[in-house]
Amino acid sequence: MNWTLVMPELVLALCGLVILVGGVIPKRDTTFPVSIATLGALLLATALTLAQKEGSAFGGQYVADSFSSFMKVLCLLGAAAGLIMSMDFFQKQGLSRFEFPVLVLFATVGMMVMISANDLMALYMGLELLSLPLYVIAAIDRDNPRSAEAGLKYFVLGALASGLLLYGSSLVYGFSGSMNFEQISGALAADGGASAGVIVGLVFIIAALAFKISAVPFHMWTPDVYEGAPTPVTAFFAAAPKIAAMALLTRVLAGPFGEVADQWQQVIVLCSLGSMVLGAFAAIGQRNIKRLMAYSSIGHVGFALMGLAVGGESGLRGVAVYMAIYLFMTVGAFCVLIAMRRDGRALEGVDDLAGLGKTDPAMALAMAVFMFSMAGVPPLAGFFSKLYVLLPAIQQGYIFLALVGVLSSIVSAFYYLRVIKVMYFDPALPAFDPRPMGVSVVLAGSGLFTAFFFLFPAPLLAAARHAVASLLG
Amino acid sequence: MNAAGFPLLSLLTFLPLAGALIIMLVRGDEAMVASNARWTALWTSLIVFALSLTLWFQFDISVAGFQFQEQSAWLPDFGIGYHLGVDGISVLFILLSTLLTPLCILASWESIRTRVREYMIAFLVLETMMVGMFASLDFILFYIFFEGVLIPMFLIIGVWGGARRVYAAYKFFLYTFAGSVLMLLAIIVLWNAAGTTDIPQLLTRTIDPSWQYWIFFAFFASFAVKVPMWPVHTWLPDAHVEAPTAGSVILAGVLLKMGGYGFLRFSVPMLPQASADFAPLIFALSVVAVIYTSLVALAQTDMKKLIAYSSVAHMGIVTIGIFTVNVQGVQGALYQMLSHGVVSGALFLCVGVLYDREHTREIARYGGVAKIIPAYALVFMLFTMASVALPGTAGFPGEFLVILGAWAVNPWVALGAATGMILGAVYMLLLYRRVAFGKVTRDSLRGLTDLTPREHAIFAPLIALTLWMGLYPSSFTQFFDASVAQLVAQHQTALGAARLAGIAP
Repeated sequence: MNWTLVMPELVLALCGLVILVGGVIPKRDTTFPVSIATLGALLLATALTLAQKEGSAFGGQYVADSFSSFMKVLCLLGAAAGLIMSMDFFQKQGLSRFEFPVLVLFATVGMMVMISANDLMALYMGLELLSLPLYVIAAIDRDNPRSAEAGLKYFVLGALASGLLLYGSSLVYGFSGSMNFEQISGALAADGGASAGVIVGLVFIIAALAFKISAVPFHMWTPDVYEGAPTPVTAFFAAAPKIAAMALLTRVLAGPFGEVADQWQQVIVLCSLGSMVLGAFAAIGQRNIKRLMAYSSIGHVGFALMGLAVGGESGLRGVAVYMAIYLFMTVGAFCVLIAMRRDGRALEGVDDLAGLGKTDPAMALAMAVFMFSMAGVPPLAGFFSKLYVLLPAIQQGYIFLALVGVLSSIVSAFYYLRVIKVMYFDPALPAFDPRPMGVSVVLAGSGLFTAFFFLFPAPLLAAARHAVASLLG
Repeated sequence: MNAAGFPLLSLLTFLPLAGALIIMLVRGDEAMVASNARWTALWTSLIVFALSLTLWFQFDISVAGFQFQEQSAWLPDFGIGYHLGVDGISVLFILLSTLLTPLCILASWESIRTRVREYMIAFLVLETMMVGMFASLDFILFYIFFEGVLIPMFLIIGVWGGARRVYAAYKFFLYTFAGSVLMLLAIIVLWNAAGTTDIPQLLTRTIDPSWQYWIFFAFFASFAVKVPMWPVHTWLPDAHVEAPTAGSVILAGVLLKMGGYGFLRFSVPMLPQASADFAPLIFALSVVAVIYTSLVALAQTDMKKLIAYSSVAHMGIVTIGIFTVNVQGVQGALYQMLSHGVVSGALFLCVGVLYDREHTREIARYGGVAKIIPAYALVFMLFTMASVALPGTAGFPGEFLVILGAWAVNPWVALGAATGMILGAVYMLLLYRRVAFGKVTRDSLRGLTDLTPREHAIFAPLIALTLWMGLYPSSFTQFFDASVAQLVAQHQTALGAARLAGIAP
């Protein structure tokens, strides 16, 4: 029994319980100390994750490897950034609740369990531990009908996805005889070909995970939930859970189902094509910047899925690099969205950014960097993320996929440019309220990373290479 | 290490960025920031220019290969490295970029009054991208600089441009971006075939002919938009008309050359078979461009638009020259690109001078300018003559060589190019006559002031260069003699080998 391996999750969950109790007992508002304590817990978990040894625990249900550390660190960073952004926002909106940081913390535990899952049971447990807090925080502004709608929508569709996942898992268990990833892999290899039951089960599992990463055709909830949920919640949704789900999908497909790659590759190719095209075209007409970001994230997921579809070491490395860079760009862009506040009122229209280049040049510059980067213009980080999935795609002969990818990035450049146009070319509106300190710090950090990644690409690339190598064992 | 003894090309590439950083850090009230930004930008670009003169003096003209090379690992997993170097084909373009940038900054001294700091930063970033692009010897690095140009240029057109600037900025960005991403795919295909993106290594590989056509088309999509060739030239008049004067100068002077440079550096040597097979297509499109856009230029009422269309026509001559792939044609194309960089840049500056004073570019609103501001009229005339390729000015050697080269390949193409020269004379002289001669049409013109010392300083080097390039071309052609001879020889060898192998008929 090697329970010390799960130290990061364990410590984080215990911190959560302590913080929860500590938040309830005082009579006054404890949101701020609770948030700070949660941030501390997340940092502690990050340190523990980095120090984690490789191995597996709980009878092979849990696995810790470089891949899980890489993805967990990304999720923890995403969660911490989301939390920092939320602190000031909720206070100004009159939504201060100490439950929010705690829920984020438990969702993060769920993500970590998910990423380290080596068994269908652990997978489901992690996914639910992630999802339940998310349903709640989507509706945390409960007096606002749009937020309530977002929560409900997310819950209903999420429950459906969970159902699909369970059904798929039971099929896989029934036909392969095991829950454990290694044993499933062994069973699939031994038969010399997978039975139809396993494949059907696999498709159900992919559908459920595609829902979590909001890949076409399971993306329908994304724009509504992004728009309805309070902005920091959306920022959290866009970053951390998506990375965790993508990591899980990668592990499931590359690990236990690696033997039947030719079966799932076509599914992933279709999801990737659909996501890239829809993400590009559907965003054109959006006036609400949160909806725009929703479609943009669908498009990015499509690109990341291209790496997964291609598979192999370089393809999966592309996924890891893509998600890492995506995290920084998304977090940064959402910092700007959160700072969009005039006379105490939060704003969400693209046109509300008008003249930001005059009123707040630093923030406008950062946003321009994120938008150009998301469009894939070199030398910004987003270009490298795309390059790292396009290289393996062409190497493995997925030229059509790559072609659709770059063509859709032309279309998406159009709406990214619109944001820049509004900021720089349009006549200025009155300035936004001053940015909160935390948002400025996160904004500066992600902006510098995105702008200057090209100078120091080696550490991230090496980490991703290491992670994928351990995943493929 | 290289001939200069220190990483000269990296310094040339990234020094402007350092200047931009300094400008970014300046604090103070608006007037002080603006004047600081102007001076910092000017000094940075002058220092870069002075440094780049090292290339002029230390470049070994007898060597056909790459010089001043610098190499270090960058993205080693995929064989992508940081590799800079110049040969005869690229060296003069770097000098052109470093020369035009300080002139542009001077030209914007007074005409740009809003967001001066951002403007100067954009220009310095642009210089980094331009120099880096001509100096890169790694294809991915090249692509990064090639595309990176879009960011500052988009902002320059969109923020400081004219009335329809948003439309023009979008059109510029999306046209170029669309072409470039296809090139990116082709670069990756090349990388997949050769296992490296190092340009000197790629130049020695032979690409499977069945792939050559696809790669050629993808490159064509990118470079043809950039040149621009008919029928994908329509972004250019819009971008030129809306861009501020200095933006137009850089656009015409350097950015258009990126397309020609791309054809010459990549398409022709790396894809010899496809280049030979598609040369007739390029000739046809170029001749159409030369004649059609010259006719369109005749009908323009806006000075900048007229010069923009003339650029398309002149660049048509360049593409003809490149695809003749003989020594005269290619040398002519290179020479034409350099002279067009100087002359059309200067013409846009001339328009800018009038626009700064009268705030209109309508040809009909001017007349008799020569009587009021004779010095200006003289300068304008010189560049008009250079644009119509009067012997003794910079425009002549290039066009003459291209026609010579084209005659050897196909006399009809030469005829088409020559027609363009005649039409060019018609519209340019017409423009000059309407603006400079005749009666003074409007009273407000009488208040025009002649060139200021600042403007004299801008035009003086361009005038000297125009005459120098016209009167003594060999001080420029000597730089690319060796490289062009090698390029042509290798092209012939490659085609010969393919023919022997029975691949081509």
